[in-house]
Amino acid sequence: MNHLDKLEAQSVYILREAYREFKNLCMLWSIGKDSTVLLWLARKAFFGHVPIPLVHIDTHYKIPEMITYRDRVALEWNLNMIYGENRAALDGRQTFPDGNTDRLVCCRHLKSEALKRTLSGEWPRYRMDHELKRYVPDDKREPFTGVIVGVRADEEGSRSKERYFSPRDSANSWDVGDQPPEFWNQFKTDFAPGTHVRIHPLLDWTELNIWEYIEREQIPIVSLYFNQGDGTRYRSLGCAPCTNPIESPSRTVREIIEELESGLLTNVAERSGRAQDKEDGGLETLRRDGYM
Amino acid sequence: MNIVIVGHVDHGKSTVIGRLLADTGSLPEGRLEAVRESCLRNSRPFEYAFLLDALKDEQAQGITIDTARCFFKTASRDYIIIDAPGHIEFLKNMISGASRAEAALLVIDANEGIRENSKRHGHMVAMLGVRQVTVLVNKMDLVGYSEEAFEKLKAEYTAYLRQIDVEPVSFIPVSAREGDNIAESSELMPWHDGPTVLGQLDLFTTGRELHEKPFRLPVQDIYKFTSSGDDRRIVAGTIEAGTIRNGEEVLFLPSGKRSHIASIESFNTPRKESVSAGEPTGFTLSTQIYIRPGEIMVRPGDPQPEVGTRFRANIFWVGRVPMSKEKEYKLKLGTARATVRLAEIVNTLDAAELNLSRGKQQLDCRDVGECIFETTRPIAFDLASRNETTGRFVIVDNYEIAGGGIVLENLSGGETLLERHIRERERHWETGSVPTSDRERVNRHRSKFIVITGPPGTGKRALSRELENMLFRNGCSTYYLGMATMEHGIDSDLRVNEKNVEERLRRLGELARIMTDAGMIFITAIDDADDYDIATLKLLNDPHEILVVTVSRNDLQNAEPDLHLEEISDLVEAIEQIADLLTLREIIVDYQI
Ligand SMILES: Nc1nc2c(ncn2[C@@H]2O[C@H](COP(=O)(O)OP(=O)(O)O)[C@@H](O)[C@H]2O)c(=O)[nH]1
Repeated sequence: MNHLDKLEAQSVYILREAYREFKNLCMLWSIGKDSTVLLWLARKAFFGHVPIPLVHIDTHYKIPEMITYRDRVALEWNLNMIYGENRAALDGRQTFPDGNTDRLVCCRHLKSEALKRTLSGEWPRYRMDHELKRYVPDDKREPFTGVIVGVRADEEGSRSKERYFSPRDSANSWDVGDQPPEFWNQFKTDFAPGTHVRIHPLLDWTELNIWEYIEREQIPIVSLYFNQGDGTRYRSLGCAPCTNPIESPSRTVREIIEELESGLLTNVAERSGRAQDKEDGGLETLRRDGYM
Repeated sequence: MNIVIVGHVDHGKSTVIGRLLADTGSLPEGRLEAVRESCLRNSRPFEYAFLLDALKDEQAQGITIDTARCFFKTASRDYIIIDAPGHIEFLKNMISGASRAEAALLVIDANEGIRENSKRHGHMVAMLGVRQVTVLVNKMDLVGYSEEAFEKLKAEYTAYLRQIDVEPVSFIPVSAREGDNIAESSELMPWHDGPTVLGQLDLFTTGRELHEKPFRLPVQDIYKFTSSGDDRRIVAGTIEAGTIRNGEEVLFLPSGKRSHIASIESFNTPRKESVSAGEPTGFTLSTQIYIRPGEIMVRPGDPQPEVGTRFRANIFWVGRVPMSKEKEYKLKLGTARATVRLAEIVNTLDAAELNLSRGKQQLDCRDVGECIFETTRPIAFDLASRNETTGRFVIVDNYEIAGGGIVLENLSGGETLLERHIRERERHWETGSVPTSDRERVNRHRSKFIVITGPPGTGKRALSRELENMLFRNGCSTYYLGMATMEHGIDSDLRVNEKNVEERLRRLGELARIMTDAGMIFITAIDDADDYDIATLKLLNDPHEILVVTVSRNDLQNAEPDLHLEEISDLVEAIEQIADLLTLREIIVDYQI
């Protein structure tokens, strides 16, 4: 088995453990390359099926292609697709594009808060109806106690300290100093009432591994990652007002891999196109608040 | 390849990693400069270790708090370096890191020499199954790059490792801070003719010939996605050892069931004819057999795993609360879960001195020891010396993994926990003043515990209820107990998301013991009972008798059911068959339907 096979094997094992142990399980799908690879790995683990609901937090500022792509794939792969949102903040215009908050507060409203309340079931969830081919309010409001997330340890410092199965208390907070041990392939799959667990099957993957796997499996990826002729492409996807493309000639998966291997990008942090990271405290502050 | 780096605190692990990252150009641009700058600003000397201190609170404490993963690449392969903290308090992090590594770098400070954790970590790494260990004798600059100092430390540490059966691959004299022998050979130590650290990494070997070992697949789950229009019933899991081909016969342990592989299932790959160690896979079987997650699938002709309820193991304990003999724990071995008790502490290792000591009554945090464990239900496992991946386990205490160990010996065969429990129970049983014979005379029948079992949805419940009704109309003292009654009554304290199957079974058995003692014909219907379930209920109901009826599919391998019904097409006919049997066995005298 080569390195990719081993990464795949480990992720599949983790997904199957999660599915076996958690009754109310969901998987976050940001539409980005990492969580799309995760989705593909779920199809590997469950022999073509995805028996886990997918949750997307719609900030309504996503780059439009992302939403089109999401719904196309959801229908094609027969996904149990759910989205949630912060209706109050959107209606009350408490966002950065409206000019009423800074970027970080906007992220907190539209993402962290929306995520927390969607997972807990406090706020409405919308589910793709495969017959009507549109979203309908979801009457299932049980909290999700296991949440599968596609974070990678190489993304930035704080993520390199994560466990594959990482408990969060009811306030969603993460105690980095006191994490349960993980021996061999045994994870924390028992949890006290009132706590929930974040599950990270992609922890050991690097950005390059992700692209190599996309190439090998021919996973359909949203076109924003590729240079469409103007010499730029997105390296990390987010909301339109806060995400900028990088300069890059790469038009295909192969070219992205070559670009990454050439080392041209080693010197540019992957999330450098994401404006919110640069504000005070940045990603780490967001993460303590439950941001993915 | 996963490499773990361990050693006593401050002996230089983080510096080694920082160096490796910097010298292989694996750092994002600006990282090194940023750290240098911030050191300058705070007038602290620059440290490579700061590169790794990614988190704020970690820097506040000035120690590495958790296993961190760093990635880098050499010309020959990808590496993940797992940084395991040296502080004693973080032993569980070190174990988490080391347990997944294929090789270990153990750092010892040349100046300070061998310290407590140099020894402890050496021991743990060996116990965790890391077979390739390279010792880095660091801070050679502080001992004048002296060959003599290096050789002395090497001799001392080799002697220690020999005691615990570890033979290091190599010793490398380095100065992490100065970069000597990390990526480049040091001119200051021309006497060293071995590889550099980077060179050594590329020399470590992967894959431990696992695919040539006896076939082992711990069953992780059984999938049937009928609602998505897929009728395949897939037995899924990751192969821990060996290779298997399409069409081969397979055996599941501990249930003892057999079948053949009908197909090897996968998604988005070419059709597979065989699968080997390391691969996550799935099979359909040629016959419909009922198996549970946690069983080990093996090849009947291979050396077999052990099956039992009592074993001797080496264990380390990292739980906040000591491990005691009074309490029940959850054991996770491969994909199996079982209730386990600590039966005996054979000896423990004195942490500072690494001597064996006897007579401890509990395992304290950070204790390493040899113990005897007993599970309530038989499990399949290997001795770690034969097959390490199916020979190791963890113990969960109060939702947390609190210990881990490797199996040394199967000690099953003596009295089981259940047998001992029943012996004790019977000794204390408080009988009333009505003799059983009087009850039988008045009731005009004998007592019996009737268990009807089979797959869900086969009409077992209807049959049980009708049986109760018929017996009652014939003047019998009888009672049907539904499982929902148990779930929301006696078992309501057993949390739903915990699979307390054993405890549920025990309570049912205890209840049956009481009801049959009261002279009743006590009837219940349970889904998919296996040999173990039936044997357990039989034992618990002892000294009274049990009658087992299987419906639709007979899942019992060893025990014969008293009656087997292919299907319940006609309720009256089915009841007649059971009643005939009860008459034949002289439980009831006669009956009328
Ligand atoms: N003189 C000298 N000091 C070193 C060397 N390697 C590490 N150190 C110092 O030893 C201290 C502890 O190193 P660190 O890497 O943080 O140790 P860790 O606790 O094992 O990760 C730091 O002050 C380092 O600068 C070396 O090769 N020579």
